[in-house]
Amino acid sequence: MLTPLHKHLLNDFQRDFPLSSRPYQDIANTLGVSEDDVLSALTELNDNNFISRIGPIIPPNHIGVSTLVAMAVPEQQLQAVADKISAYPEVNHNYEREHTFNLWFVAVASDEGHLQAVLDAIEQETGFKTMSMPLVDDFFIDLGFKLDLHNA
Amino acid sequence: MLDARDRQLLELVQMGLPVCSKPYAEIGNTLAMPEFEVIERLTRLKQKGLIKRMGVIVKHHQLGYRANAMIVWSVPDNLVKQLGGHISQFAFVTLCYQRPRQTGWPYNLYCMIHGKDRATVLTQLDQLNAECGLAGFDREILFSLRCFKQRGAIYQRGSGFSREERG
Repeated sequence: MLTPLHKHLLNDFQRDFPLSSRPYQDIANTLGVSEDDVLSALTELNDNNFISRIGPIIPPNHIGVSTLVAMAVPEQQLQAVADKISAYPEVNHNYEREHTFNLWFVAVASDEGHLQAVLDAIEQETGFKTMSMPLVDDFFIDLGFKLDLHNA
Repeated sequence: MLDARDRQLLELVQMGLPVCSKPYAEIGNTLAMPEFEVIERLTRLKQKGLIKRMGVIVKHHQLGYRANAMIVWSVPDNLVKQLGGHISQFAFVTLCYQRPRQTGWPYNLYCMIHGKDRATVLTQLDQLNAECGLAGFDREILFSLRCFKQRGAIYQRGSGFSREERG
């Protein structure tokens, strides 16, 4: 069950988390609670897997290179192939989607050569082709997501 | 734009800020960087847009947003930027990208909608189609089923700091 404090922490600090010596104290001051209240509530949210982390969102391709990859894998082999792919540290966001192209993942690496080597290794290991679609243009400035937590 | 210390700092901070009284000081301890410098560098990176946003990163699925659709359209290349800009204005759109077409995959415009259920997402998609003039273009809706791995982008080689987060 989410308390009003949990809800404020989930919705109000996605974008401009304080960059100050005592950021949780600053948040506590804004919300009229104590720093300990904020630290406990965030720990609870983390323990319940409601937040991934507190941190920066870095735009694609500024630090490394990334690509979205699709594969078409027979249903009975999907879990095994997905597990092989998830084992690569360069892979994140590995999902099954409803389509002939049923496996979608993002691969990130420090440079193009390394990224291509990862895709080659995945094709070699799984025996399925990868369809790679690197970003051309990013239209969306990610300012966070307003959650409707009325019934949460 | 980014020096070696910025990269080290980002690699560490993107693993997640510690939940303790002085988190930037703790990050600084690991990097042998004074707290004020950690804060100064992060502030500068945010001002320059190398950090898009800094804050709480929520898990949509666990918070009741269980329908996640990737919608792809094939639109004329000269309209991609305009349509992508328009789509991005809608609050329920969480991502919007242009990606290259491929053989057997003619789509070049992508957006992601996270909704509480499929019916809501489909209603929101109808709204996008109507208001952005997308109805005439070929498109597909790919709802997500199983999530095999979910982790923030970790821009580094190797696995020194890797921490798995399954969503």
